Amino acid sequence: MQARKVSIVCTVPDGGLTPLLRRIEADAAMRLVTLTSEQEGMGVATGVWLGGQRAMIAMQSSGVGNCINALGLPTAYRAPCLMLVTMRGQWGEFNPWQVPMGQAVKPALEAVGVKCFSVDKAEEVGETFEAAADLAFNGWLSAAVLVSQRVIGAKGFGQK
Amino acid sequence: MSAQMSSKSNKIERRPFVADLLKRRDGSLVVCGLGSPTWDCFASGDSPDYLYSWGGMGLAVPTALGIALAQPPRRVLALTGDGEMLMGIGSLAVVGDQAPANFAVLVLDNERFAETGRQRGLTSGRTDIAAVAKAVGFRDTMLVTEQGAVPELAQFLFKAEGPVLAVAKIAITEDPWALPEKDGAVIAQRFRASIAED
Repeated sequence: MQARKVSIVCTVPDGGLTPLLRRIEADAAMRLVTLTSEQEGMGVATGVWLGGQRAMIAMQSSGVGNCINALGLPTAYRAPCLMLVTMRGQWGEFNPWQVPMGQAVKPALEAVGVKCFSVDKAEEVGETFEAAADLAFNGWLSAAVLVSQRVIGAKGFGQK
Repeated sequence: MSAQMSSKSNKIERRPFVADLLKRRDGSLVVCGLGSPTWDCFASGDSPDYLYSWGGMGLAVPTALGIALAQPPRRVLALTGDGEMLMGIGSLAVVGDQAPANFAVLVLDNERFAETGRQRGLTSGRTDIAAVAKAVGFRDTMLVTEQGAVPELAQFLFKAEGPVLAVAKIAITEDPWALPEKDGAVIAQRFRASIAED
């Protein structure tokens, strides 16, 4: 994130994001903006860019559904919008309530013009993030990194 | 307050009210909610400091927050309507949490979805947006029912330590169309360049 000058991270947290969010909170050069709902992140990130800095939004896949209409804002302003999405409802999912949105994330994002970068190997997360950030910030586009449950581990609530 | 207040108390005329207020903005940036607040702002005189919007309902406050966080030396006003504000009501809690001192919201409250046919809005009933703002950590709130309150309101919105929120009870009026630039990329580039130059 710092290599791509992202200094503000908006989030509705997810289990898979916890270590990252802790590091952001501990870093005096970064600001964490905790949201009530993910679509607010489209507004905040657009505003930050209008103000001459860079932000991104980190969320669980279920939050993507909340963002669809809001993604029209950065698109209309031709502002970059970078999203980091930790996936649920796919690889080894335990909770059926996560499946409908999890399966719809990529087609839903692509339907509103977001470029999707799926990652299912831990060693590829860093370079994929950099590639998505470059596309978003240099191309004034919306881009999402979708991190598979295969990378972050599927939750089981001790019952799998 | 708003539970007791009927639409009859809404007597402020939005166009002269907004024009008088923005004359006193003293370099503040203005993020306009979609529809009438954007038309009001443009009708008062165009400026690169105005970020107009034609969509993205519920995102005026989040967008203004992003600008305020990226530009701490600049005062930022989100100028929006009651329906737009309620769609993004959760964002007030995000503002309360971040507590930017350079941040203000003005809700032009006609208690109607005026743009779509004047259907009843929730602030005509028991909903009190200023009370919500207070409850989620805004430093101060203000209710405005008179045109003559503009000097005091300007002081509050553009000078008081933020985040602050004011609700202005405005009348339903017939105003001439005043439509600004529609291309978001043009609006955004102009706004961004103006900030970079200052």
